[in-house]
Amino acid sequence: MLRLEGVSAAYRGLPALRGISLEVPAGAIVAVVGANGAGKSTLLKAIAGLLPVSGRIALDETRLDRMAAWRVARHGVALVPEGRRLFPRLPVEDNLRLGAYARRGQPDRFAPLSLVFDLFPRLQERLAQRAETLSGGEQQMLAIGRALMTQPRLLMLDEPSQGLMPRLVDDILAAVVRIRAGGVTVLLVEQRLAEALSIADHAHVLQTGRVVMSGPAAAIAADSAVRRAYLGL
Amino acid sequence: MTPVLLLQVMALGLLTGLVYALVAAGLSLIFGLMDVVNFAHGQFLMLAMYAAFAVHAASGVGVALELPLVVLLLFVLGVATYRGLIARALGVATNRGMVQIFVTFGLGIFLTGAAQFVFGGDFRSIGDGMLANRSLILHGLHLPLAQVAAAVVCLLAFAALALISRTEFGRALAATREDREAVALIGIDRNRIFALGWGLGCAAVGVAGVMLVQFYYVSPNVGADFALIAYVTVALGGFGSLLGALVAGILIGEVEALTALLLEPSLKQVGMFAIYLAVLMLRPRGLFGRL
Ligand SMILES: Nc1ncnc2c1ncn2[C@@H]1O[C@H](COP(=O)(O)OP(=O)(O)OP(=O)(O)O)[C@@H](O)[C@H]1O
Ligand SMILES: [Mg+2]
Repeated sequence: MLRLEGVSAAYRGLPALRGISLEVPAGAIVAVVGANGAGKSTLLKAIAGLLPVSGRIALDETRLDRMAAWRVARHGVALVPEGRRLFPRLPVEDNLRLGAYARRGQPDRFAPLSLVFDLFPRLQERLAQRAETLSGGEQQMLAIGRALMTQPRLLMLDEPSQGLMPRLVDDILAAVVRIRAGGVTVLLVEQRLAEALSIADHAHVLQTGRVVMSGPAAAIAADSAVRRAYLGL
Repeated sequence: MTPVLLLQVMALGLLTGLVYALVAAGLSLIFGLMDVVNFAHGQFLMLAMYAAFAVHAASGVGVALELPLVVLLLFVLGVATYRGLIARALGVATNRGMVQIFVTFGLGIFLTGAAQFVFGGDFRSIGDGMLANRSLILHGLHLPLAQVAAAVVCLLAFAALALISRTEFGRALAATREDREAVALIGIDRNRIFALGWGLGCAAVGVAGVMLVQFYYVSPNVGADFALIAYVTVALGGFGSLLGALVAGILIGEVEALTALLLEPSLKQVGMFAIYLAVLMLRPRGLFGRL
């Protein structure tokens, strides 16, 4: 579904991605793991159109590289970014409804609300509350909810576990599994290796901007050499 | 001084204040949306006044025609200013703040010169419009019809802005104000929102200009006075706050009218600036500011 070929990107001349090629099959959960600074967030930003890249990024037949970020989003690629980037002073309800903004005029555009409330009942209890007053876990739920409201085909999550207690991490990852079951393909960046690999089908290990290992998630999880060499565990 | 005189002056202050409020609302909307001060705001007002004057001279139909035409013109001008100047100024690599200031400042100077060239330096007004030289007499108060109409129309324009802020587009405007990068993640093109924001802010000034020229004289330099008042009003009301602009506009109108009455007409701006300084010292974010 998503295919990257030789994708490179740099920050002011400093390379952060060096010729990344990988594939995300439709309906899969694909995990990207790697140490701090390996380029995981940069990879997601590059796919989302937030960074100029060289190489080729295609969603099925559509080229995403050189497309403005807002157009990439309209093609069905949603990013839940590092730091969540909610609209802090707007209420939960507006944050969610804004996810459907690009589908103005379509009668069913708020349909994903029921899925969002089903996944995260806490959001429904806090519709009128400003996003900035939510707890960290609730903010993460809202960020995922907002992304789901765009009705994505590909959902990209950048460290959804960041700053959450273990039980909430399990809840969020359980939600990711349910989202995939609903037909959404997932590209997941995570620090929590074991948890991420336990729900993923495939995994790619990133090191200083390169994919150094790819394979079935279970195989990567079992490979202690990988863990030592690339993940510093 | 009789109570009737006091009431009369306060009524006129209210009517004037509502026009100030709408001019300030346009400025505040743009600033709140993208932290850019439009230093050509007064010149846009001037342009709207001349445009209404020109439509009046050409058609003689009256304010009912002037209003839609001029508001549309100002909307287009606002969008064009964003697309042609501001978007580019935001894209420069160095000295972005200075470039932003001078690009609108320069536009203002250009517009003043252009008006001087086209219309000459004479003061003009729609002296023979259907609103001119008529008054509404209400409980012994004489209210010039043109000013009453201006106040009512400006209030309606405020209501329209408030309604727009509750639409989906208004929500997108608020979101872009919150995080102009993150809106791309939900498929919103911020350039489009910014352009429409400029269009709306300038359309508000268009409404004020059309109504103003029904009773006030326009000249190439008229924008400067009103712009100054608008900047004070926005600071007093709080940057980006629609309600703040409304309350502060009325307040400034009243203060100006009352200082002219109680002190001396030539001092009418002194009271306004005194309030402004007090706000800066006591509540720098303005009455309704969220900063
Ligand atoms: N905005 C930026 N400007 C300059 N360099 C950046 C920027 N963002 C990231 N980098 C650099 O690019 C490299 C990859 O960063 P990235 O954020 O993609 O890593 P990451 O794998 O997501 O790390 P983490 O696990 O800590 O989130 C790092 O060396 C980082 O310093
Ligand atoms: Mg990261």
